[in-house]
Amino acid sequence: MKGHVWRPLYVVIGIVVLLLLFRFFYVPDDFGIQDQGFTFGFHRLSNEQEWKDFPAKYKGTEYCNECHDDKVASISSSQHEMIPCEDCHGPARNHPEDPEKLVVNRSRELCIRCHSKLFMPSSGRNDIPGIDPNTHNTGMECSECHNPHNPSLEDM
Amino acid sequence: MKRRDFLKNTAVFITGASVSLSALELVDPKEVLASRPDLRWGFLVDTYKCVGCGMCVKACKLENDIPYDANVTRTWVERYVIMKSGEVVKDSPKGARDGFTSKLVDQGESGPRLLRDKEIAQGFFVPKLCNHCTLPACVQVCPVGATYSTADGVVLVDRKWCIGCGYCIMGCPYGVRFFHPVVHTADKCTFCYHRITKGGNTACAQACPFGARRIGNLRDPNDPVAKEVLNGRVGILRDEYGTKPNVYYIGLNKEVH
Ligand code: SF4
Ligand code: SF4
Repeated sequence: MKGHVWRPLYVVIGIVVLLLLFRFFYVPDDFGIQDQGFTFGFHRLSNEQEWKDFPAKYKGTEYCNECHDDKVASISSSQHEMIPCEDCHGPARNHPEDPEKLVVNRSRELCIRCHSKLFMPSSGRNDIPGIDPNTHNTGMECSECHNPHNPSLEDM
Repeated sequence: MKRRDFLKNTAVFITGASVSLSALELVDPKEVLASRPDLRWGFLVDTYKCVGCGMCVKACKLENDIPYDANVTRTWVERYVIMKSGEVVKDSPKGARDGFTSKLVDQGESGPRLLRDKEIAQGFFVPKLCNHCTLPACVQVCPVGATYSTADGVVLVDRKWCIGCGYCIMGCPYGVRFFHPVVHTADKCTFCYHRITKGGNTACAQACPFGARRIGNLRDPNDPVAKEVLNGRVGILRDEYGTKPNVYYIGLNKEVH
Protein backbone atom coordinates (compact mmCIF):
# COMPACT_ATOMS: atom_id res chain seq x y z
CA MET A 1 0.00 0.00 0.00
CA LYS A 2 1.09 3.54 -0.61
CA GLY A 3 2.48 6.02 1.89
CA HIS A 4 -0.57 8.26 1.76
CA VAL A 5 -2.59 5.45 3.34
CA TRP A 6 -0.04 4.57 6.02
CA ARG A 7 0.76 8.08 7.19
CA PRO A 8 -2.69 8.89 8.65
CA LEU A 9 -2.74 5.50 10.36
CA TYR A 10 0.61 6.24 12.01
CA VAL A 11 -0.85 9.50 13.24
CA VAL A 12 -3.86 7.72 14.71
CA ILE A 13 -1.66 5.11 16.39
CA GLY A 14 0.55 7.89 17.73
CA ILE A 15 -2.39 9.75 19.22
CA VAL A 16 -3.79 6.61 20.81
CA VAL A 17 -0.41 5.71 22.33
CA LEU A 18 -0.02 9.24 23.65
CA LEU A 19 -3.51 9.17 25.19
CA LEU A 20 -2.87 5.83 26.85
CA LEU A 21 0.49 7.06 28.16
CA PHE A 22 -1.11 10.24 29.48
CA ARG A 23 -3.85 8.24 31.14
CA PHE A 24 -1.29 5.85 32.65
CA PHE A 25 0.63 8.66 34.34
CA TYR A 26 -2.23 11.07 35.09
CA VAL A 27 -5.04 8.85 36.38
CA PRO A 28 -4.40 7.55 39.90
CA ASP A 29 -4.58 3.83 40.66
CA ASP A 30 -7.65 4.15 42.86
CA PHE A 31 -9.69 5.80 40.13
CA GLY A 32 -12.33 3.36 39.00
CA ILE A 33 -15.90 2.21 39.14
CA GLN A 34 -15.91 1.33 42.90
CA ASP A 35 -18.92 -0.13 44.71
CA GLN A 36 -21.75 1.74 43.05
CA GLY A 37 -20.94 0.59 39.54
CA PHE A 38 -20.07 2.52 36.42
CA THR A 39 -23.07 4.86 36.41
CA PHE A 40 -22.83 6.21 39.93
CA GLY A 41 -19.58 5.05 41.49
CA PHE A 42 -16.95 6.10 38.95
CA HIS A 43 -14.48 8.07 41.08
CA ARG A 44 -11.16 8.42 42.87
CA LEU A 45 -11.58 6.31 46.00
CA SER A 46 -9.20 8.33 48.16
CA ASN A 47 -11.46 11.37 47.78
CA GLU A 48 -13.87 9.76 50.25
CA GLN A 49 -11.11 9.87 52.86
CA GLU A 50 -10.30 13.46 51.94
CA TRP A 51 -13.88 14.44 52.74
CA LYS A 52 -13.79 12.44 55.97
CA ASP A 53 -10.69 14.40 57.00
CA PHE A 54 -12.37 17.80 56.53
CA PRO A 55 -12.01 19.61 59.87
CA ALA A 56 -15.16 19.98 61.97
CA LYS A 57 -15.86 23.34 63.59
CA TYR A 58 -19.00 22.72 65.62
CA LYS A 59 -18.37 20.48 68.62
CA GLY A 60 -21.78 20.16 70.26
CA THR A 61 -23.13 20.93 73.72
CA GLU A 62 -21.53 17.82 75.29
CA TYR A 63 -18.14 19.24 74.42
CA CYS A 64 -19.00 22.55 76.13
CA ASN A 65 -20.33 20.63 79.10
CA GLU A 66 -16.92 19.14 79.82
CA CYS A 67 -15.75 22.48 81.28
CA HIS A 68 -18.83 24.68 81.55
CA ASP A 69 -21.26 22.28 83.18
CA ASP A 70 -22.67 25.05 85.39
CA LYS A 71 -23.65 27.10 82.32
CA VAL A 72 -25.08 24.09 80.53
CA ALA A 73 -27.10 23.25 83.67
CA SER A 74 -28.46 26.78 83.94
CA ILE A 75 -29.69 26.93 80.37
CA SER A 76 -31.00 23.37 80.55
CA SER A 77 -33.49 24.38 83.23
CA SER A 78 -34.80 27.35 81.25
CA GLN A 79 -37.15 27.75 78.29
CA HIS A 80 -34.05 28.00 76.10
CA GLU A 81 -32.97 24.47 77.01
CA MET A 82 -33.09 23.20 73.42
CA ILE A 83 -30.76 25.86 72.05
CA PRO A 84 -27.26 24.45 71.48
CA CYS A 85 -24.46 26.56 73.06
CA GLU A 86 -22.76 27.18 69.74
CA ASP A 87 -25.83 28.87 68.23
CA CYS A 88 -25.04 31.96 70.35
CA HIS A 89 -21.38 31.42 71.24
CA GLY A 90 -20.21 30.43 67.77
CA PRO A 91 -18.47 27.24 66.70
CA ALA A 92 -16.04 25.97 69.37
CA ARG A 93 -13.42 24.90 66.79
CA ASN A 94 -10.38 23.98 68.94
CA HIS A 95 -11.34 26.07 71.93
CA PRO A 96 -9.81 26.51 74.54
CA GLU A 97 -6.55 26.53 72.50
CA ASP A 98 -7.80 28.07 69.31
CA PRO A 99 -9.69 30.35 69.79
CA GLU A 100 -8.91 30.96 73.45
CA LYS A 101 -12.18 32.83 73.92
CA LEU A 102 -15.42 32.53 72.01
CA VAL A 103 -17.21 35.71 71.02
CA VAL A 104 -20.77 35.73 72.37
CA ASN A 105 -23.37 36.99 69.96
CA ARG A 106 -25.58 39.26 72.09
CA SER A 107 -27.19 40.99 69.16
CA ARG A 108 -30.87 41.74 68.79
CA GLU A 109 -30.63 40.17 65.34
CA LEU A 110 -29.89 36.80 66.87
CA CYS A 111 -32.91 36.83 69.21
CA ILE A 112 -35.40 38.02 66.65
CA ARG A 113 -34.57 35.08 64.39
CA CYS A 114 -37.12 33.26 66.54
CA HIS A 115 -38.83 36.04 68.49
CA SER A 116 -39.90 38.41 65.73
CA LYS A 117 -43.61 37.73 65.66
CA LEU A 118 -44.78 36.26 62.37
CA PHE A 119 -48.19 34.81 61.74
CA MET A 120 -47.24 31.34 60.50
CA PRO A 121 -50.08 28.90 61.16
CA SER A 122 -49.01 25.26 60.64
CA SER A 123 -45.49 26.07 61.82
CA GLY A 124 -43.84 25.92 65.24
CA ARG A 125 -43.07 29.61 64.78
CA ASN A 126 -46.63 30.44 65.83
CA ASP A 127 -46.05 28.97 69.31
CA ILE A 128 -42.97 31.07 70.12
CA PRO A 129 -43.54 34.26 72.14
CA GLY A 130 -42.87 37.03 69.67
CA ILE A 131 -42.46 40.81 69.53
CA ASP A 132 -42.51 43.38 66.78
CA PRO A 133 -38.81 44.35 66.53
CA ASN A 134 -39.79 47.74 65.08
CA THR A 135 -41.66 48.81 68.23
CA HIS A 136 -40.36 46.66 71.12
CA ASN A 137 -37.56 48.61 72.92
CA THR A 138 -35.88 49.56 69.68
CA GLY A 139 -32.17 50.33 69.86
CA MET A 140 -31.58 48.04 72.82
CA GLU A 141 -30.04 44.59 72.95
CA CYS A 142 -32.52 42.00 74.23
CA SER A 143 -29.91 40.79 76.74
CA GLU A 144 -30.09 44.15 78.56
CA CYS A 145 -33.40 42.98 80.07
CA HIS A 146 -33.53 39.24 79.38
CA ASN A 147 -30.91 36.75 80.52
CA PRO A 148 -30.52 34.35 77.59
CA HIS A 149 -29.84 31.47 80.01
CA ASN A 150 -33.04 32.30 81.88
CA PRO A 151 -35.11 34.39 79.50
CA SER A 152 -38.46 34.72 81.26
CA LEU A 153 -38.64 38.07 83.07
CA GLU A 154 -40.92 36.63 85.77
CA ASP A 155 -38.37 34.02 86.87
CA MET A 156 -35.33 36.27 86.93
CA MET B 1 -1.80 -4.97 3.77
CA LYS B 2 -5.10 -5.43 2.08
CA ARG B 3 -7.69 -2.72 2.10
CA ARG B 4 -10.01 -5.01 4.09
CA ASP B 5 -7.38 -5.70 6.77
CA PHE B 6 -6.63 -2.04 7.03
CA LEU B 7 -10.30 -1.22 7.68
CA LYS B 8 -10.61 -4.07 10.15
CA ASN B 9 -7.49 -3.09 12.09
CA THR B 10 -8.51 0.53 12.21
CA ALA B 11 -11.96 -0.38 13.45
CA VAL B 12 -10.53 -2.59 16.20
CA PHE B 13 -8.11 0.14 17.18
CA ILE B 14 -10.69 2.85 17.40
CA THR B 15 -13.26 0.83 19.33
CA GLY B 16 -10.54 -0.38 21.68
CA ALA B 17 -9.19 3.07 22.31
CA SER B 18 -12.55 4.68 22.83
CA VAL B 19 -13.59 2.35 25.64
CA SER B 20 -12.11 3.55 28.88
CA LEU B 21 -9.99 0.82 30.41
CA SER B 22 -11.86 0.47 33.69
CA ALA B 23 -15.18 0.27 31.89
CA LEU B 24 -14.12 -3.14 30.66
CA GLU B 25 -14.42 -4.61 34.15
CA LEU B 26 -17.90 -6.00 34.46
CA VAL B 27 -19.98 -5.45 37.57
CA ASP B 28 -22.67 -7.67 38.91
CA PRO B 29 -25.53 -5.45 40.13
CA LYS B 30 -26.34 -7.88 42.94
CA GLU B 31 -22.79 -7.63 44.18
CA VAL B 32 -23.04 -3.87 44.10
CA LEU B 33 -26.23 -3.86 46.15
CA ALA B 34 -24.84 -6.35 48.62
CA SER B 35 -21.61 -4.43 49.10
CA ARG B 36 -22.96 -2.25 51.92
CA PRO B 37 -26.46 -3.37 52.75
CA ASP B 38 -26.14 -2.14 56.32
CA LEU B 39 -25.75 1.60 55.81
CA ARG B 40 -27.68 4.13 53.75
CA TRP B 41 -27.81 7.71 54.97
CA GLY B 42 -31.16 9.44 54.88
CA PHE B 43 -32.43 12.78 56.10
CA LEU B 44 -35.73 13.76 57.67
CA VAL B 45 -37.11 17.30 57.69
CA ASP B 46 -40.13 18.22 59.82
CA THR B 47 -41.77 21.31 58.36
CA TYR B 48 -44.13 21.63 61.34
CA LYS B 49 -41.18 22.05 63.70
CA CYS B 50 -39.12 24.45 61.61
CA VAL B 51 -39.49 28.05 62.79
CA GLY B 52 -37.36 29.69 60.10
CA CYS B 53 -34.60 30.86 62.44
CA GLY B 54 -31.93 30.00 59.88
CA MET B 55 -29.44 28.76 62.50
CA CYS B 56 -28.98 25.67 60.35
CA VAL B 57 -27.98 27.72 57.31
CA LYS B 58 -25.52 29.77 59.34
CA ALA B 59 -23.99 26.68 60.94
CA CYS B 60 -23.64 24.97 57.56
CA LYS B 61 -21.82 27.95 56.09
CA LEU B 62 -19.38 28.19 58.98
CA GLU B 63 -18.84 24.43 59.26
CA ASN B 64 -18.19 23.86 55.58
CA ASP B 65 -16.25 27.02 54.70
CA ILE B 66 -18.89 28.40 52.36
CA PRO B 67 -18.12 32.13 51.93
CA TYR B 68 -20.43 33.80 54.42
CA ASP B 69 -21.47 36.81 52.39
CA ALA B 70 -21.52 35.23 48.96
CA ASN B 71 -24.98 34.41 47.72
CA VAL B 72 -24.41 30.65 47.78
CA THR B 73 -25.48 28.11 50.38
CA ARG B 74 -25.43 24.32 50.67
CA THR B 75 -28.70 24.39 52.55
CA TRP B 76 -31.41 26.99 52.72
CA VAL B 77 -34.89 27.54 54.14
CA GLU B 78 -37.93 28.67 52.16
CA ARG B 79 -40.94 30.44 53.64
CA TYR B 80 -44.31 29.46 52.16
CA VAL B 81 -47.42 31.49 52.82
CA ILE B 82 -50.65 30.16 51.38
CA MET B 83 -53.35 32.78 51.25
CA LYS B 84 -57.02 32.08 51.81
CA SER B 85 -57.48 33.03 48.17
CA GLY B 86 -55.25 30.09 47.20
CA GLU B 87 -52.34 32.27 46.18
CA VAL B 88 -48.91 30.96 47.17
CA VAL B 89 -46.26 33.47 48.21
CA LYS B 90 -42.73 32.35 49.03
CA ASP B 91 -39.27 33.70 49.66
CA SER B 92 -35.85 32.77 50.99
CA PRO B 93 -33.84 35.96 51.53
CA LYS B 94 -30.08 35.12 51.51
CA GLY B 95 -31.12 31.48 51.79
CA ALA B 96 -32.43 32.41 55.28
CA ARG B 97 -28.90 32.77 56.60
CA ASP B 98 -30.16 35.48 58.99
CA GLY B 99 -33.54 33.87 59.61
CA PHE B 100 -37.00 35.21 58.85
CA THR B 101 -37.47 38.29 60.99
CA SER B 102 -39.78 40.43 58.89
CA LYS B 103 -43.41 40.23 57.93
CA LEU B 104 -42.41 41.52 54.52
CA VAL B 105 -42.11 38.74 51.97
CA ASP B 106 -39.32 39.34 49.48
CA GLN B 107 -40.82 39.24 45.99
CA GLY B 108 -37.64 39.91 44.04
CA GLU B 109 -38.03 42.59 41.41
CA SER B 110 -41.51 43.58 42.50
CA GLY B 111 -40.11 44.36 45.96
CA PRO B 112 -41.22 43.37 49.45
CA ARG B 113 -44.85 42.56 50.03
CA LEU B 114 -46.77 42.81 53.28
CA LEU B 115 -49.32 40.06 53.80
CA ARG B 116 -52.29 40.68 56.09
CA ASP B 117 -52.53 38.05 58.84
CA LYS B 118 -56.29 37.75 58.26
CA GLU B 119 -55.73 36.59 54.69
CA ILE B 120 -53.23 33.86 55.56
CA ALA B 121 -54.49 30.27 55.55
CA GLN B 122 -51.17 28.47 56.07
CA GLY B 123 -47.63 29.54 56.75
CA PHE B 124 -44.63 27.27 57.17
CA PHE B 125 -40.92 26.89 56.48
CA VAL B 126 -39.27 24.27 54.31
CA PRO B 127 -35.55 23.56 54.79
CA LYS B 128 -33.84 22.32 51.65
CA LEU B 129 -30.56 20.59 50.89
CA CYS B 130 -29.06 18.08 48.48
CA ASN B 131 -31.29 15.00 48.39
CA HIS B 132 -28.38 12.57 47.98
CA CYS B 133 -30.51 10.82 45.39
CA THR B 134 -30.35 7.07 44.89
CA LEU B 135 -30.27 7.71 41.13
CA PRO B 136 -28.52 11.09 41.08
CA ALA B 137 -28.84 13.01 37.84
CA CYS B 138 -25.76 15.06 38.74
CA VAL B 139 -23.58 11.94 38.85
CA GLN B 140 -24.88 10.62 35.56
CA VAL B 141 -24.00 13.78 33.71
CA CYS B 142 -20.52 14.30 35.22
CA PRO B 143 -18.15 13.52 32.35
CA VAL B 144 -15.00 12.91 34.43
CA GLY B 145 -16.16 11.02 37.52
CA ALA B 146 -15.75 13.98 39.85
CA THR B 147 -19.29 13.72 41.23
CA TYR B 148 -20.02 10.27 42.57
CA SER B 149 -22.09 8.23 44.95
CA THR B 150 -20.40 6.48 47.88
CA ALA B 151 -21.29 2.98 49.04
CA ASP B 152 -23.27 4.43 51.96
CA GLY B 153 -25.27 6.62 49.60
CA VAL B 154 -23.71 10.05 49.98
CA VAL B 155 -23.12 12.05 46.81
CA LEU B 156 -19.78 13.86 46.88
CA VAL B 157 -17.71 16.08 44.59
CA ASP B 158 -14.00 15.40 44.17
CA ARG B 159 -12.52 18.89 44.18
CA LYS B 160 -9.25 17.73 42.63
CA TRP B 161 -11.05 16.01 39.81
CA CYS B 162 -13.84 18.50 38.99
CA ILE B 163 -13.13 20.41 35.79
CA GLY B 164 -15.83 23.00 36.45
CA CYS B 165 -17.91 22.25 33.36
CA GLY B 166 -21.15 22.86 35.27
CA TYR B 167 -23.13 19.92 33.84
CA CYS B 168 -24.10 18.76 37.33
CA ILE B 169 -25.38 22.21 38.22
CA MET B 170 -27.64 22.08 35.18
CA GLY B 171 -28.45 18.39 35.66
CA CYS B 172 -29.70 18.56 39.24
CA PRO B 173 -33.48 18.94 39.14
CA TYR B 174 -33.48 20.48 42.63
CA GLY B 175 -31.09 23.35 41.96
CA VAL B 176 -28.98 22.52 45.00
CA ARG B 177 -25.61 22.85 43.29
CA PHE B 178 -23.50 25.92 42.80
CA PHE B 179 -19.99 27.00 41.99
CA HIS B 180 -17.85 27.47 45.07
CA PRO B 181 -16.45 30.98 44.62
CA VAL B 182 -13.17 30.16 46.39
CA VAL B 183 -12.24 26.63 45.35
CA HIS B 184 -13.75 27.12 41.87
CA THR B 185 -15.37 23.72 41.57
CA ALA B 186 -18.96 22.52 41.75
CA ASP B 187 -20.17 22.34 45.34
CA LYS B 188 -23.09 21.00 47.32
CA CYS B 189 -24.12 19.49 50.64
CA THR B 190 -21.99 16.50 51.72
CA PHE B 191 -24.34 15.42 54.54
CA CYS B 192 -21.36 16.61 56.63
CA TYR B 193 -19.54 13.41 55.63
CA HIS B 194 -16.65 14.37 57.92
CA ARG B 195 -19.01 14.39 60.89
CA ILE B 196 -21.45 11.54 60.25
CA THR B 197 -18.71 9.03 59.40
CA LYS B 198 -17.27 9.68 62.87
CA GLY B 199 -20.61 9.10 64.56
CA GLY B 200 -21.56 12.78 64.73
CA ASN B 201 -24.52 14.76 63.55
CA THR B 202 -24.65 17.12 60.58
CA ALA B 203 -23.88 20.73 61.49
CA CYS B 204 -27.36 21.88 60.45
CA ALA B 205 -29.14 19.20 62.47
CA GLN B 206 -26.96 19.94 65.47
CA ALA B 207 -27.62 23.67 65.26
CA CYS B 208 -31.39 23.29 64.90
CA PRO B 209 -32.95 23.98 68.31
CA PHE B 210 -36.28 22.48 67.27
CA GLY B 211 -35.23 19.08 65.95
CA ALA B 212 -36.62 19.93 62.52
CA ARG B 213 -33.64 18.28 60.82
CA ARG B 214 -32.41 14.76 61.50
CA ILE B 215 -30.06 12.31 59.80
CA GLY B 216 -30.18 8.56 60.18
CA ASN B 217 -29.48 5.16 58.68
CA LEU B 218 -32.38 4.08 56.48
CA ARG B 219 -31.20 0.45 56.55
CA ASP B 220 -31.42 0.16 60.33
CA PRO B 221 -35.00 -0.68 61.35
CA ASN B 222 -34.34 0.63 64.87
CA ASP B 223 -33.08 4.01 63.75
CA PRO B 224 -35.65 6.70 64.69
CA VAL B 225 -35.29 8.41 61.30
CA ALA B 226 -35.69 5.11 59.43
CA LYS B 227 -38.76 4.26 61.49
CA GLU B 228 -40.35 7.60 60.66
CA VAL B 229 -39.53 7.22 56.97
CA LEU B 230 -40.89 3.67 56.84
CA ASN B 231 -43.98 4.10 59.00
CA GLY B 232 -44.77 7.79 59.03
CA ARG B 233 -46.45 9.83 56.34
CA VAL B 234 -43.53 11.41 54.59
CA GLY B 235 -43.05 12.97 51.19
CA ILE B 236 -40.17 13.64 48.84
CA LEU B 237 -39.60 16.52 46.47
CA ARG B 238 -40.20 16.21 42.72
CA ASP B 239 -40.85 12.49 42.59
CA GLU B 240 -41.56 12.82 38.87
CA TYR B 241 -37.87 13.23 38.06
CA GLY B 242 -37.17 9.67 39.17
CA THR B 243 -33.99 10.52 41.06
CA LYS B 244 -35.25 8.79 44.24
CA PRO B 245 -34.29 11.38 46.85
CA ASN B 246 -33.15 10.39 50.34
CA VAL B 247 -34.36 13.56 52.03
CA TYR B 248 -37.87 12.98 53.40
CA TYR B 249 -40.34 15.62 54.51
CA ILE B 250 -43.04 15.60 57.15
CA GLY B 251 -45.87 17.97 56.34
CA LEU B 252 -45.27 18.56 52.66
CA ASN B 253 -47.93 20.42 50.67
CA LYS B 254 -48.51 20.19 46.95
CA GLU B 255 -47.38 23.82 46.74
CA VAL B 256 -43.84 22.78 47.72
CA HIS B 257 -41.52 21.30 45.13
S1 SF4 C 1 -30.32 16.62 44.76
FE1 SF4 C 1 -29.25 17.21 42.87
S2 SF4 C 1 -27.08 17.41 43.49
FE2 SF4 C 1 -28.12 16.22 45.12
S3 SF4 C 1 -27.80 14.05 44.50
FE3 SF4 C 1 -29.81 14.68 43.67
S4 SF4 C 1 -29.34 15.33 41.57
FE4 SF4 C 1 -27.37 15.31 42.69
S1 SF4 D 1 -32.40 25.66 62.53
FE1 SF4 D 1 -34.19 24.28 62.54
S2 SF4 D 1 -35.94 25.60 63.03
FE2 SF4 D 1 -34.24 26.97 62.45
S3 SF4 D 1 -34.57 27.30 60.23
FE3 SF4 D 1 -33.16 25.57 60.41
S4 SF4 D 1 -34.46 23.75 60.35
FE4 SF4 D 1 -35.81 25.51 60.77
